[in-house]
Formats: sequence, C-alpha cells, structure tokens
Amino acid sequence: MKTTVKVMLGAAALGLAVPTASAATLDDVKAKGVLRCAVNTGLAGFAAPNDKGEFAGFDVDYCKAVAAAIFNDPSKVEYTPTTAKDRFEVLANGTVDMVARNTTWTLSRDTTLGFNFAGINYYDGQGFMINAKKLQGINSALQLSGASVCVQTGTTTELNLADYFKSNNLDYSPVVFEKIEEVNAAYDSGRCDVYTTDQSGLYSIRLGLTAPDDHVVLPEIISKEPLGPLVRHGDDQWFDIVKWTHNALIIAEEFGITQANVEEMKNSDNPEIKRVLGMEENSKFGTDLGLGEDWVVNIIKAVGNYGEIFERNIGSGSPLKIARGVNGLWTKGGLQYAPPIR
Amino acid sequence: MAATDQVLGSEDSRGSLLYNPVVRGVFFQILVFGGLCAFLYWIVHNTQENLARAGRNVSFDFLYQRAGFDVGQSLIQYSSDSTQLDALIVGLLNTLLVAAAGIVTATIIGFVVGIGRLSRNWLIRKFCQVYVETFRNIPPLLVIFFWYLGVLAILPGPRDSFKLPFGSLLSNRGLFVPKPVWEEGSWLVGVAFLIAIAMGFFVARKASARQAATGQRFPVFWTNVALIVGLPLLALAAAGFPLSFSIPKLGAFQATGGLAIGPEFLALYLALSLYTASFIAEIVRAGILGVSKGQTEAAYALGLRPGATTRLVIVPQAMRIIVPPLTSQYLNLTKNSSLAIAVGYADLVSIGGTILNKSGESIQIVAIWMVVYLSISLATSLFMNWFNSRVALVER
Repeated sequence: MKTTVKVMLGAAALGLAVPTASAATLDDVKAKGVLRCAVNTGLAGFAAPNDKGEFAGFDVDYCKAVAAAIFNDPSKVEYTPTTAKDRFEVLANGTVDMVARNTTWTLSRDTTLGFNFAGINYYDGQGFMINAKKLQGINSALQLSGASVCVQTGTTTELNLADYFKSNNLDYSPVVFEKIEEVNAAYDSGRCDVYTTDQSGLYSIRLGLTAPDDHVVLPEIISKEPLGPLVRHGDDQWFDIVKWTHNALIIAEEFGITQANVEEMKNSDNPEIKRVLGMEENSKFGTDLGLGEDWVVNIIKAVGNYGEIFERNIGSGSPLKIARGVNGLWTKGGLQYAPPIR
Repeated sequence: MAATDQVLGSEDSRGSLLYNPVVRGVFFQILVFGGLCAFLYWIVHNTQENLARAGRNVSFDFLYQRAGFDVGQSLIQYSSDSTQLDALIVGLLNTLLVAAAGIVTATIIGFVVGIGRLSRNWLIRKFCQVYVETFRNIPPLLVIFFWYLGVLAILPGPRDSFKLPFGSLLSNRGLFVPKPVWEEGSWLVGVAFLIAIAMGFFVARKASARQAATGQRFPVFWTNVALIVGLPLLALAAAGFPLSFSIPKLGAFQATGGLAIGPEFLALYLALSLYTASFIAEIVRAGILGVSKGQTEAAYALGLRPGATTRLVIVPQAMRIIVPPLTSQYLNLTKNSSLAIAVGYADLVSIGGTILNKSGESIQIVAIWMVVYLSISLATSLFMNWFNSRVALVER
C-alpha cells in the first residue's frame, strides 16, 4: 500500500511538471518578454473579456501596470483565466508570475499556501443578494433561515457563510459550484434563494442576470474581504515590484498625477512629485527595484492612477457604479494609504 | 569476444549462452524489471526533490483540521465543525450512493431495452433502438446538463411545487418524499426481515434438494416473497406499528420535513443511469444473439417449454458473454460520477477540491482521489469476477 501511494505521488508530481520558483522572477519575466498573470474567468468590472475579446477590468489593469513598470508596454501580459479553486495552484507551481483575481488576504494564504499579498487594492465585504420580487418582505440576512444559498467553492465566502449561519443559529443548504458562471446560472434559474459573495461581486453579477432590477443586495456585510494581488514566497525583489506598483498607483492619485498630465507633471517643481516620477538628480529608486527610473511614469501612462483605474472599471465610468466609499484615499476619509517613495 | 568467435565457428550453437532461449528470456526480464525499478525510483526521487525545492511538506495532518464549510447533501452527521476527513467521507459516501443507485437502475433499464431491441414488435424494437442510438452518442456531461439545466431547473419554484402522490413535492429544489420515522420497538421489524432472508435461503436449498431427489417441485419464488414481505409486516403489527411518516410541507423557502433529494443528485443519477443503460442494452443484445439458434432448437427437441428454454438454456449462456463487458460499464459509471462537479453534487472530487483549495495540499488530495477510485474500481472488478466465475460455462 505504501509503495502504491508513493507511485501515485510520483505520478501526480510528474503531472505538475514543477518549474518551481527560481529566485529571480524578474529575470524570468524579462527573458520571456511577457508577464503571466492569473485573473478571474469572468467578473464584469474586475476581469472579463470585453467586446474585442481582450481581458479588461480593475484586476486586469493591475497586471497591465506591472507589465508597464517592467517593459513600458501594458500589452505584454499573458492572462490565465482561473477559477477560485485553481488560482493558487497555478501560482504555486509557477504557471503564472502573479495573481490579480479579487483574492482575499488571509493568514493561512500567507503561511500555509506560501504567498505574499502585495497590498489591498479593494476593501470588500461579503454580502447577500436575493430576488426581491419572489421573496417579498425579506430585508435582512437574519430572515434567511431555511434558504438554499448559491456559493462558489474554494472561496473565503464559502467558509464565512458557514460561520455566519451557524453563529446566528440559522439553517441553510449550500449549493456549491466550481465556476462563477455555473453559480450565476444556478441563481438566475431559481435553484437558490440567495447568492453570496463579496459585495462588489454581487453588483457585478447582478448586471448579468435576466432581470437585474428584481434583485437586491441585503444590507448585512458579514466579513472583511481585503482583496489584493499576490505572488509566491521566496522572491523578495518580485514581491517588492508588485507591492510598489500598487503603492505608486495610490501615490499618483494623492499627487494628482493622471494619465493625461503625467508628462507635464515631470516638469513639476514639487520635489516629492519629481522623486516619484524619477526626475530627481541621480535618483536610483527605480534601479534599486530592478526597474527603470521612469517606472512610475510608465505605469501611469499605461493605466492611470488608482482613482482612474477604479472609476473606469467599477466606479462612475462603468455600469457597476460602485462608490469609492472605504476605497477612497485616506486624505478623503477612505482606507487607501500608501507608504512614501523615498 | 572469444566466446562469440567460438560460437560462430561451431556447427551447433545451442550450447552457447548467448543463444540459449532460457537465458535470453531471463536476461530480458531482468532488463525490463531493472528499467521499471529505475523509472519508479526516478519518479519518486524527482517528486521528493521537487517538493523539497518548492518548500512543500507532504503530510496528511491537515485531514484532522476543522472543515469550516457545509455540504448540501450528507448521509452521515456532518457540520462545519467536523474534520476535513469527515468531509471527505461524506463525499465518498455520496459518490458510492450515486454509483450504486446508478448501477442498479442502469442494469434494469439496460436489460429491458436490450431485450426490447430483439422484440418481434416493430414499435418496441424501434423505440429501443432510438433510445440506444441517442444516449450512446451523447457525451455523459451533456446528458447531465440536459437533466440539470434542461429539465430540473425549469420546474416551478418551491412555492408552486408539483404535488405528487403520498404527499411528495417536486420543484426546482428537488424531490421531497415522505420519510419513514422509526420509533421505539422497530428493531423487531429489522430482525424479522433478516430472519425472512435466512429462511428464504433455507427454503431454496431444501426445495432444490427435494427436486433432485424426487423430481417434485416446490413454489420457491412465491414462498420467499410471502416470507420477506409477510414476516416484517407481522413483526410491525406485533410491535404495535412503531412507524410514522414525516410528510414534506411547503415552507418559507423550500419544503421542510420529509426526505429531500436534491436536483444535483437527481440530474447525475438519471444521466448516468440512462447513459450507461444504452451501453448495457447493447451488451445484453449481443449476449443473447451470441447464443446459437441450435441451442434453442435442441431445448425444444428435448421438450422444454419456451419459458424454461430462456431461463435454463439461453440466459445462462448469454450471461457468460454479458458479464465481463458489464463490469467495464459499471466501472465507467462509477468513474463518470466524478462529473458531479459540473452540477455541484458534493461527491468525493468536489469536496476534495474544496479542501485542496483551502489547505493547498494538492498532492495528498490527488493521491487520495486516485487511491479511492482505484479501490472502488478494484472492489467492483473483484465482485464481478467472482460473479463471472459463477456464471461462466462449466465444462465437464
């Protein structure tokens, strides 16, 4: 029996074809000439193919920003659409260089799974959506005892759901699917009374239902879901690059550096802006990261600052119309705050 | 080299080790065996090295951690506080349930349709042919989707469920049937049932011994039906009917009470049964056609009636053709049950996947999957081989 197991392990490992994390991800990426980025299979606003068949969205722009920082070309990204279940395996086995897929930062993902989260690009929380037309009179999640709940497997959502219903002594039957498209279809067909996922996701999914106006998102937020891009353990330089790409996007918004005015801003007298844009004399912030001195300029030229990415994909410039809320800058009462480039 | 020269030079080469068939046989077997060992060693070594390099530690401790997630359908007591091992067992039982139910149903439908294809009635024959050709030529995944999305999903919502006999309800949340609730004293019924089965075997044995000795026959079948139905009923009456039924009632969301059979299970069960039945039908047809017509004629010439001819001559010979390929179909059905993941049925693969994602222990989970499916398949094969040796033609 023991040998059988060993043989199986061997076979399984062959299947993985482990080209594991060599220390210098940046060198690998440069050698390949393309950044491999795992995104959602289809979550409107975050990552979904647009009408030209290209991936677009909030998370996709994070892949583009990192590609722009390295290559000065946001198109040098190879997208790997992943389900909630296989996003971690592709990162762990080296199929992709980073994951930007509305992924919640948790302790076990940091430790047991062996990843580093490069920051929080969206402060989210788990919510519930119901068909208000069919279930009249329900306006709180606490009235949901006995309901069947559609949920995607392999998410923190699935675990929060169990905890929330248990702690409130409510019964429910989970209806669990692997792909987000399957969950959407099951909810839309009336298989479940309730759909639960991150609230941002609920707004996005509601747009794709047959009758979006019949559905309401209940007020309860039952969890903290800090979403962010992540990389493998074991390469601090690469971790720094992704982390500081995120920080640069926020800093650019703080200073009012936008896609439109970035060239102009390069001539600014403000020493801080000069430093961020790599215009300081003998500056080596960029080279210390392993990038060019104009890395922030390239990022902003490619995708704009954090606020622009937000508004274009999920905010006022998009069908989702999600308000900035807690995702506003710290200077405007939100939680988005970045350490300084100095 | 010297030896070779000698061989080439000599008239009789049989003395040489190089041309000795036994020695060559052993040599090549050692070569192949050594190669195989080296290959296995390489795989195991490579795995260990790669895992070490990836900083992964292969251990099964994670199975004893709290699961934290709920499962829609469970045959045993399970909650989010149970361990991940419990969750895997729930998944395994669900896999076995759908496989066993599917095998029984597929066999029944398969035999009926297979015999139907040989019917003299044109309508029955053509109907069975259309059935076989339709289901045999559609991938099983699509048959599952057909049932799940095409049939069960468009049933009315839970508040306008179809009302079926005996208080059953059918809606897009599944089939809700009355659930028997056994109360105190009902153990007597179970015991009576077991006794009835034991007596049935005894009756059958006695009857065949008597027929062999005296030629007199005894109505074994009807006696046993009476025993197996009658004895538990008597026991039930004796215990004062300790049995009630929980009837499903319409609730705020879905029916409460009764026994819930989810649409995920129904879709998978119906699809696997109907799909596999089309293959079994063809196997049955081939088995029956495989018995030569001369056998029937010989039986008639001996004075056997058509019923006895089928039972005693045709079927025993057809079975030895039918059983081996039938085993493959049972194995296929069991393995196809892993398509459950497409409709969210909580089988072994689906639950294993959830744990894999939560813990990141992919290699262990994949190993568990493989070992479990291998064990189920080998157990099925063993049973079917035993059954095959029972029905195989005994040559005297």
